Amino acid sequence: MTQMTINRGADYSRILGLGAARGENLVTNDDVAGAIDSSDEWIRQRTGIITRVRANAETSVVDLAERASRDAIAAAGVPVEEIDTVILSTFTYPVVTPAGAPVLADRLGCGTAAAFDISAACAGYCYAIAQADALVRAGQSRYVLVVGAEKMSDWIDPTDRSISFLLGDGAGAVVIGPSATPAIGPTVWGSKGDGAPLIGMTASWLDVRDRGAAFPTLFQQGQPVFKWASFDMPKVAKRAIEVAGLSPSDIQVFIPHQANMRIIDQMIKTVGLRDDVAVGRDIADSGNTSAASIPLATERLLREGAAKSGDLALQIGFGAGLVFAAQVVVLP
Amino acid sequence: MALSEKEVLAGLAEIVAEETGVDAAEVVGDKSFTDDLDIDSLSMMTIVTLAEEKFDVRIPDEEVKNLVTVGDAVAYITGAQS
Ligand SMILES: CC(C)(COP(=O)(O)OP(=O)(O)OC[C@H]1O[C@@H](n2cnc3c(N)ncnc32)[C@H](O)[C@@H]1OP(=O)(O)O)[C@@H](O)C(=O)NCCC(=O)NCCS
Repeated sequence: MTQMTINRGADYSRILGLGAARGENLVTNDDVAGAIDSSDEWIRQRTGIITRVRANAETSVVDLAERASRDAIAAAGVPVEEIDTVILSTFTYPVVTPAGAPVLADRLGCGTAAAFDISAACAGYCYAIAQADALVRAGQSRYVLVVGAEKMSDWIDPTDRSISFLLGDGAGAVVIGPSATPAIGPTVWGSKGDGAPLIGMTASWLDVRDRGAAFPTLFQQGQPVFKWASFDMPKVAKRAIEVAGLSPSDIQVFIPHQANMRIIDQMIKTVGLRDDVAVGRDIADSGNTSAASIPLATERLLREGAAKSGDLALQIGFGAGLVFAAQVVVLP
Repeated sequence: MALSEKEVLAGLAEIVAEETGVDAAEVVGDKSFTDDLDIDSLSMMTIVTLAEEKFDVRIPDEEVKNLVTVGDAVAYITGAQS
């Protein structure tokens, strides 16, 4: 029998360029505190959030994704028509189908690139990096655009005390392509489906249609999520360092999902990162932007000079699902 | 081997001091976590989780609200040791 031919990929992949877009408006704690009987002080103390970025009503998930993507593609120096795969990680795109990625690919001028959305909430960026890395090394793709984009503000109930006040809108994008040296470590990822009731939507579309439920909005059970993130996620982060053949002291930059400053501080302690590690703390100003939060925090560290191109960064995403993913990457 | 109340108290005081910065000597029997030691719900959850690891016991979420004072926690942990 004649044998078929299979692809041969690059030995390694890397992040070639990064771009970011934040919602146009800065929303203060005082702006959100009234509706939930909270205060600037309470929110700062429990979460470290001072402001969150939220987009204009007419700005869409794809608008945010497009802005971030254009910067990422320019930074990578890859001709846009050579991007053959577009992965959009989002759980706030407002229709079930079609996906946002084909629209994004078309707007950017990526021709007939393969394009699809993935739904892995706040772990979505790291999930997409895992896929892009695998696609490039398998030879299925050469240049992959990975975008985490969320318009959380479309899905919040301002009177909800459990999560609404944490959330912001934004997008972060990277281009991933072949590399001569290892620059994306193995991904440690997984799920915990028995935690599905801990973060989610107040209703399904069928509840809305058939049972008179209100428009669905986000909610969470903060305490168990806090515990899971603070104590189980450091184990995942440590594994990601280990499987890359590194030790915690090799990590120069730590970029966890921006959920809560207190979770970030607990993770640093538990993972045993070195004292001078640069830490993504963009949550203070941008809030929790789910799949966008890690690339937004990365963009800020690079822009402000706290981290630089070539640094070894540990990134970890975790959230609704429950799902999680972590990997060590070389910063672009 | 099960630890005595005194040993549990010493271990717990160490955890509280590390998490909140309060002096370990302040962490004694009749002090209330919230009112006297100024520990908020997130620090409390962290302390409980670290105590579970340190003393190898389970402290169910619904039990945490009953642990008002340091003494309550010491008694619960001492009793829960196998
Ligand atoms: C959301 C979160 C800040 C809530 O803090 P918490 O300490 O767990 O809050 P609790 O629900 O235990 O409530 C503690 C107290 O604060 C009050 N409270 C709760 N939410 C409040 C709010 N938004 N504003 C003001 N007070 C609030 C409660 O009424 C309660 O008061 P009481 O002690 O007088 O009864 C916290 O649980 C958290 O950040 N969890 C992790 C969430 C996360 O990161 N999720 C995203 C993962 S992708």
